[in-house]
Amino acid sequence: MVAQRLALGLLTLFIVSLIIFLGVELLPGDLAQAILGQAATPETVAAFRRELGLDLPPYIRYFQWLGGMLEGDMGRSLANQREIAELIGGRLANTLFLALYAAVISVPLAVMLGILAALYRNSFYDRCINVVTLSSISFPEFFVAYILILLLSVKVGIFPSISNVSDDLGFWERVYRTALPAMSLTLVVIAHMMRMTRAAIINLLASPYIEMANLKGLSRSRIIVKHALPNALAPIINVIVINLAYLVVGVVVVEVVFVYPGLGQLLVDSVSKRDLPVVQASSLIFAVTYILLNLTADVLSIMTNPRLMHPK
Amino acid sequence: MDNFRQLERLLAQGKISRREFMGRAITLGASMGLASTLASKIVNAATPKQGGHFRIGIGHGSTTDSLDPATFEDAYMQFVGFGLRGHLTEVDTDGKLIPDLSEGWEASDDAARWTFKLRKGVEFHNGKTMDAADVVASVNHHRGKDSKSAAKALLDAITEIKADGKDTVVFGLKEGNADFPFIMSDYHIAIMPAKGDDVDWQSGTGTGGYILESYEPGVRTTLKRNPNYYKKDRAHFDSAEVLAIIDVAARTNALTTGEIDAMDRVDLKTAHLLKRNQNVRIEETSGTAHYTFAMRTDTPPFDNNQVRLALKLAVDREALLQSVLRGHGVLGNDHPIGRSNRYYASELPQRKYDPEKAKWHLKKAGLDSLSVDLSAADAAFPGAVDAAVLYKEHAAKAGITINVIREPNDGYWSNVWMKKPWCAVYWGGRPTEDWMFSTAYDAGAPWNDTFWKNDRFNKLLIEARAELDDAKRRAMYVEMQSIVRDDGGVVVPMFNNYVFAMRQNVEHGPMAANLGLDGNKGMERWWFA
Repeated sequence: MVAQRLALGLLTLFIVSLIIFLGVELLPGDLAQAILGQAATPETVAAFRRELGLDLPPYIRYFQWLGGMLEGDMGRSLANQREIAELIGGRLANTLFLALYAAVISVPLAVMLGILAALYRNSFYDRCINVVTLSSISFPEFFVAYILILLLSVKVGIFPSISNVSDDLGFWERVYRTALPAMSLTLVVIAHMMRMTRAAIINLLASPYIEMANLKGLSRSRIIVKHALPNALAPIINVIVINLAYLVVGVVVVEVVFVYPGLGQLLVDSVSKRDLPVVQASSLIFAVTYILLNLTADVLSIMTNPRLMHPK
Repeated sequence: MDNFRQLERLLAQGKISRREFMGRAITLGASMGLASTLASKIVNAATPKQGGHFRIGIGHGSTTDSLDPATFEDAYMQFVGFGLRGHLTEVDTDGKLIPDLSEGWEASDDAARWTFKLRKGVEFHNGKTMDAADVVASVNHHRGKDSKSAAKALLDAITEIKADGKDTVVFGLKEGNADFPFIMSDYHIAIMPAKGDDVDWQSGTGTGGYILESYEPGVRTTLKRNPNYYKKDRAHFDSAEVLAIIDVAARTNALTTGEIDAMDRVDLKTAHLLKRNQNVRIEETSGTAHYTFAMRTDTPPFDNNQVRLALKLAVDREALLQSVLRGHGVLGNDHPIGRSNRYYASELPQRKYDPEKAKWHLKKAGLDSLSVDLSAADAAFPGAVDAAVLYKEHAAKAGITINVIREPNDGYWSNVWMKKPWCAVYWGGRPTEDWMFSTAYDAGAPWNDTFWKNDRFNKLLIEARAELDDAKRRAMYVEMQSIVRDDGGVVVPMFNNYVFAMRQNVEHGPMAANLGLDGNKGMERWWFA
């Protein structure tokens, strides 16, 4: 079944690449005009196109790119001739680092807060945590980011306001410099996971087997953690995975505010300059992230459900 | 206290004498002894000191940038480029041209043949000695049929370029050009080591004050001081780091929290708030950069000069300056020559907002009212759409209806500029009159965005270009400014200042205004106190 899903994934990637290609083609202007900007003259634009093969018909350029891709060659950036693999490598590592960092904080926190909210349903704590997380998800990301900068960087001066990271930084130095973006992302994703955990558990609390546990005289916390939670895991895992995917692909605004060199900024730059091979490569990475994470979510959901794990 | 600070800065920048400083400090209540001690301290601070790691945040920079100077477009690569590489000539802090990698130059009598003597014994960062072959290769890098260079049109006038021995380069031009050495200071025409038929731009090797350590396009460039730099009184920082920080709020935060030492392009809307910060200083230079509204004079109704004059009179420049630039600029007079240019025509009266006179011109054109489209996008210049809407309000009083069309930012320069009949345009300006006029006002220029053709103007342009007599040149350029003002297709409402900021511990001498950030040479001109 996993193999079938992977094959479908490949088909999806192919379609994604086609859509991206057509989308970028539809945008006004091309790379030569975008790079030369106001300084473009017809001769220099023509020379640019000749050199990079931009004067070829679109379908030929697409198949040239596809052919290279199938041989494992992502090609070179049209704008500055750098190897795309090299260009993307460092950026991808940065993006994954930040995503993982935010996930390590937000996932356990969200699940724990959700369980507590279910445990103390309708209490003052429950109301409070709902208001706080819903507020933080309702504000746009850049606003949350600016507030954090104002408080923790400008006023108190604990964390740097920009995440100036480079390859030669030590691990802890990197953790320190990316603390603010990780916190901003945590605030943005926590509400969704927390509320899903709470809702999934509360949903189960009305079922007969929980009533049975109650009648046995078990403590509320034991009922929730040992009896309700395992059955609520499937929906929780799905929501967590969606948020993980978001942490990888959707953080461009946070990257810009904190000047963090991740994939998002690379994609934005490349789209605005119509650097198609880089756009394609980044988009495919994003698509692969979604496909793999969705697959993981499904596999994990099955594993947490004995009925699906051992079908008759 | 503020006055005192200002006074200190004036002295540090050499704008007032020590004597004057003492006098004024005492008027402000300082004792004789205090004023004297202060003066020596400041003058000492004004003597450059070596050392420190300089970090600057620049509001440009993209992952698609490259070290090839043919592709340099914005302040980010200009700033890095001026750190890495030298040029034949340099625009100094007064706007005058001084030798850089050349020791001097001379022209033939018709100014069509230029001989540059190169500075001897200058080494590239890789140890190779710079010679005439490198200069020839570096200039040819921008020429030829397959050139993708933004400087190609600029160098079209060169018919021949050859090395005469190791230390002399001779340029032959199509026609005389007295300002040719100025062109050699352009940021595109950097001198790089020759390699094969071309140059080695990939490694970033140059003769500049800083050596490239690492380069990550759109993120950061790190550089270290070149110990063999031939300019002894320049390049004071031990190392430098140039960061691309596109978001202006992020840039400002980084500066106020001390993550960076300087930044360009201060947000004009919040500049007054930033000024309150004691650790930060706002700097402003007024150069040649200007905003225009270019009309296609080959398209009705703009082919009628009475209509053009009516539109030039129908805009309240002062209001645009105050609202779009928040006063950080100067009024334009419908020609592209700025106050820092040598032959700026200060004698021309400033054109003012006059709806009645605009109506009169419309009547002369045989029109009771006028309705025109104005295309604008913030890609033209920040606030272009706002400026267009204000223009519309102003023009309404003169019976002119302007339909403001908001164009997409993407592809603005290829799909709107020089295509639509009337649109907003940005010009960084040029250090010389001839350069500016022959780039965008000459009838045959590729960027003649008004499609304007004035025989008298074009004749003067060629004559003035080859004229070596200063007084005669001045008279010609003044006449040309007046022709553009009264006949040209361009509305120039204002010249924008370069507004940037640095932390109090960054020091500088008098600053150049030809580009932002001290001619984009802050890296080699500034130092830490």
